[in-house]
Amino acid sequence: MAERTVTIASTHGLHARPASIFTQAAAKAGVPVQLSKGDKSVNAASILGVISLGIDHNDDVVLSVEGDDADAVLDELAALLTTDHDAA
Amino acid sequence: MTYQGVGIGRGMAMGTVLQMPAPLPEPQDAPSTLSVDAEKERAAVALAATAAGIRARGERAGGSAKDVLEAQAFMAEDPTLSDDVKARIDSGKTAERAVFEAFASFRDLLVSMGGYMGERATDLDDVSQRVVAQLQGVEAPGVPDPDHQFVLVARDLAPADTALLNLDKVLGLITSDGGPTSHTAILAREKSIVAAVGVAGALDIANGTTVIVDASTGIITVDPDEDERFAAKMAIQERASLANAPVGPGRLADDTEIPLLANLGSAGGAEEAVELGAEGVGLFRTEFLFLDSAQAPTVEEQQSQYSALFAAFPGKKVVVRALDAGADKPLSFLNDAPEENPALGLRGLRALRANEQILRDQLTAIRNAEAENTADVWVMAPMVSTLEETRYFTSIAREIGLKTAGVMIEVPSSALLADRILVDADFASIGTNDLTQYTLAADRLLGSVASFQDPWHPAVLRLVGEVGKAGAALGKPVGICGEAAADPLLAVVLVGLGATSLSMSPAALADVRAELRLYTIEQAQHFAELALKANSAMEARAAVSASASS
Repeated sequence: MAERTVTIASTHGLHARPASIFTQAAAKAGVPVQLSKGDKSVNAASILGVISLGIDHNDDVVLSVEGDDADAVLDELAALLTTDHDAA
Repeated sequence: MTYQGVGIGRGMAMGTVLQMPAPLPEPQDAPSTLSVDAEKERAAVALAATAAGIRARGERAGGSAKDVLEAQAFMAEDPTLSDDVKARIDSGKTAERAVFEAFASFRDLLVSMGGYMGERATDLDDVSQRVVAQLQGVEAPGVPDPDHQFVLVARDLAPADTALLNLDKVLGLITSDGGPTSHTAILAREKSIVAAVGVAGALDIANGTTVIVDASTGIITVDPDEDERFAAKMAIQERASLANAPVGPGRLADDTEIPLLANLGSAGGAEEAVELGAEGVGLFRTEFLFLDSAQAPTVEEQQSQYSALFAAFPGKKVVVRALDAGADKPLSFLNDAPEENPALGLRGLRALRANEQILRDQLTAIRNAEAENTADVWVMAPMVSTLEETRYFTSIAREIGLKTAGVMIEVPSSALLADRILVDADFASIGTNDLTQYTLAADRLLGSVASFQDPWHPAVLRLVGEVGKAGAALGKPVGICGEAAADPLLAVVLVGLGATSLSMSPAALADVRAELRLYTIEQAQHFAELALKANSAMEARAAVSASASS
């Protein structure tokens, strides 16, 4: 299992639109992805799960990916989290 | 047989009734009689079918409704939710109960997070109801969408319902609950839909029954006879020809001019407003330029937007309202500190004052855009509560080179001191929605106190009268740019109280124009007296309606 810690860039945190963009990408990854904040961990493909973490701007979160392609998936999802989707 | 409610507008409609399906009762928490696997299978099938159904509706609806529905489909397919449903089924619950409880727990979580996420809670409720309906094999609740025209009857409509309403099919709206300022009433006024609200007993009318909705009297006639049908047809045709009548300036029966202006939220609506006979713009809301952006737009960006609007009104008056934001419409660069009472917080001019450069940039952009056009540009500050604030705004506007600077009267303090405020300000524009909210101390976004939010209330009208008197004494224009101006009979009352122009959503212009033509200024003043003497909003409306139809 591969892990990476990233800092959330979106100005309003991982709510609504950024959360929706992220969870859809996680669902398409084809391998199980977990997102954790503190000691809480959720399925990254679940918009309700991700929203329930209450992730704010500048929060550190951990992405965990299983499977062969783990690094490529991590690269893609980490890039989404470190983009400010509220700036568009 | 007839029912009585409060009519919205002056229109008439005839058609067959379709009741909005009532919300489903909460599924009972009885032990399942099926196997755990069978219940799980039922839940999985229902969730998938609901997601597919919602997505199909989204495809049909298109536009912004499609995004809303797509998000709802994702909720029905959500893996965390599905795990939660399975866990509840494992503990012996039926699929219905497990779905209901799982959605409810996420709903409570979203509500506790507040703000934008809290608003999504109603979406979850809607999805939950649809899945349960699917499981029970009953009709899904929500707005019906048949392939024929109909008169919709509902308890009340939520914003989520109205977003999905197919307006080409809806001949009229009847609600059993809600008042003249309910969401349904506001929608009906905006879209010019014939409506009656607060019609007790309306939920008993059977689907398929023919009804006549007369908004001018608030009377619903069920199963009308031949004569009644004929009379209704004639009245509907007459109104249709009225709406197609050449549009002209707003005038009373004695030719007193009352310019009719448009409320616009972007340059996009300008063409329609001109077609509908708007004699200018009485309220140009500038928030659209600022929402969804992390920083205030530059002077140049703003200028091109303002210029596009001014170009649509050559030689006409355009009143631009400075950015009106606050904790209820938060903008991260202005004020995003959470407040207990956003309506009483750092909003309107107060927020601009705390960020004066944003105000100066906006006024500069307006002045530059004015120089490129022939429109007569006026600027006004939102939510002014003191004389000192008035002077602050008008002095900056004049310094920047804008020749007509006024204030919005939305707070009782500025209505009471209008005789002093209007010495300095070039004009006043009364925002009746906020003025009502502040006068009656009733949050306009809160359903539980919606009955207080009625601009016919004599306390609100007395304040409007104060501003009208001050304007007349000082020779300064007093406009109305709230929801109240779009209510034809109330518009006449407001003129009687001293309003010199009326601004509204363009769809309401025709009805208000026609109503004004019926009365002289003396009659309008008489209506105003009757309304002021009343003890409640309902009494005021009844007294003026009785006098108008006598």
